[in-house]
Amino acid sequence: MTWEAVPGFVHEVDARGETTVVVERERLLDAARWLRDEAGFNFLADITPTDYHGWNQERVSGYWGDAGGRDINAPGSWGLQHQPEAKRSRFSVSYHLLRLRAGANEAPRLRLQVWCEDGEPVESVVSVWPTADWHEREAWDMMGIRFEGHPNLTRILMDDDWEGHPLRKDYPLGGEPVRFSGEE
Amino acid sequence: MAVAERPAAKPIYEGTRIPAPIPTMLQVDPALREQGDILEVNFGPNHPSTHGVLRLVVELNGERVVGLTAVIGYLHTGFEKNMEQKTWWKAITYPARIDYLSFQMNELVFVLAIEKLLEIEPPPKATWMRMLMCELTRIHSHLIWLGTAALEIGAISMLWYCFRDRDAILDLFELVTGVRMHTRYFQTGGLAEDIPPGFYDECRSFVGLMQQRIDDYEAILDRQQIWLERTKGLGLLSAEDAIALGQSGPVLRASGVDWDLRRAEPHLAYDQVEFNVPVYFNGDVYDRYRVHMDEMRESTRIIGQAVEGMPEGPWIVDDRKIVLPPRHELHTSMESLIHHFKLVTEGYRVPEGEVYVAVESARGELGCYVVSDGGPKPWRVKFRAPSFVALEATATCMSDALVADLIAIVGSLDTVMGEVDR
Repeated sequence: MTWEAVPGFVHEVDARGETTVVVERERLLDAARWLRDEAGFNFLADITPTDYHGWNQERVSGYWGDAGGRDINAPGSWGLQHQPEAKRSRFSVSYHLLRLRAGANEAPRLRLQVWCEDGEPVESVVSVWPTADWHEREAWDMMGIRFEGHPNLTRILMDDDWEGHPLRKDYPLGGEPVRFSGEE
Repeated sequence: MAVAERPAAKPIYEGTRIPAPIPTMLQVDPALREQGDILEVNFGPNHPSTHGVLRLVVELNGERVVGLTAVIGYLHTGFEKNMEQKTWWKAITYPARIDYLSFQMNELVFVLAIEKLLEIEPPPKATWMRMLMCELTRIHSHLIWLGTAALEIGAISMLWYCFRDRDAILDLFELVTGVRMHTRYFQTGGLAEDIPPGFYDECRSFVGLMQQRIDDYEAILDRQQIWLERTKGLGLLSAEDAIALGQSGPVLRASGVDWDLRRAEPHLAYDQVEFNVPVYFNGDVYDRYRVHMDEMRESTRIIGQAVEGMPEGPWIVDDRKIVLPPRHELHTSMESLIHHFKLVTEGYRVPEGEVYVAVESARGELGCYVVSDGGPKPWRVKFRAPSFVALEATATCMSDALVADLIAIVGSLDTVMGEVDR
């Protein structure tokens, strides 16, 4: 089955037995409704944002870091003989869908994917799958993906006054200042 | 083995109870609030019945819960961020700590994801042993659930009984892996060590013992009037609402949905063993308890079959670019020493790509989404935590419940806060 009928269809990838359908960011909600009502994907397993900042950039082979030492905060693909394929945008948001039929002996899955740059909003799918509520809040909290139309888009895992989005590639890993270090 | 096969006589409730507009938050009716009798109570985060550090902001009208907000994140430790900094080989240590009660399944799902990216197939012995270990873990997790859930409702002795049997399972883990919890027994490509002599006999005696014990526990609880009255008809969740809220595992099966990933999407060797999927139709706390009990019985059946049907042969693939060489070779073979050194320091490289692997953990669909850029470290790891999703259903289950039932209902969703907050 091809998925060209999905509203906003961009392209489809079949790899390792998994199907990924990429749709336009502006038509995500239509695509989600279509997949639930027409294709029967009634179960949203997960929403995963991925940050591709630094993907496919410099540091082609060899060590990661510079003369001053290994920089644990530098994002990027490193130590590779050849670089991975470039991505469309900085962020991808993957929706893992499942067609759940009671008593069934099969579990057809589909990955719905949209791509966005930093700050670009993605339509919320809470109205299609209510379980998206916390998944989208987590995606906002951890990656800073803004979901338009979400009824309560607040931080969920970090404190309400936290600054930054910790799972982004440019978020420093050693963010906490170290007391009583050698420089002090 | 009594698996309910009758269809629901009547729906659990009419229509939907998912609150609007926010599906995971019960909001107080403004008219009710104006009367001024609403009492706001903090339940947790430091409360012995929260299974960790869950905070529920509960708004009460008399004894009725009219508003509920779940606040999570107190145990957030950034597992996923940490795993991006470790080589694939070292990152396997992390998932077990996420859900510290069904740790083998967490390890399994991450290892399966790596294997899917690497396109390697572990030998049958490893697959069967993984299944055996996972079913032991399922009993382990369900026992802790049963003990603590019963304890919270007042059946204190259940805790001691359950922890006694849990200790027997931990002894089995210790026999196989040398550690009692967080065993890190699953390696990419198979198992870390061969199955030790004497393990099968220990397993057989455990299976016989456990089947007896489950009957005992059911006898203790099912004839206990207090237990029945505090669990029946509480925390209702209909099949439609459960699917819409993404519920899986025992919560979904107690709502009358016959769904189990072990049967629908057979991983490991689940398509080669016989087991039933227990389904109950009332969608209440009592039915969730029934599902847990029946699942433990089914797990003992699977363990018995796994012990008898365990294939012979190697326990890990023979690929020196991925698997550590045998220890004794390090003293005699230069190549083995180099391989060992490279694997431990730099790790192996995993081809570029993204995969989502799901297994049926003790709590439901446990998924792992992994992205690789072709390097020795994962680019992105994300766990689909069933506990996280289960907590989304608290608002729906709690609508119009009494505050005294709050603990029973939240407990029945079987959440592990380490997994919720990751």
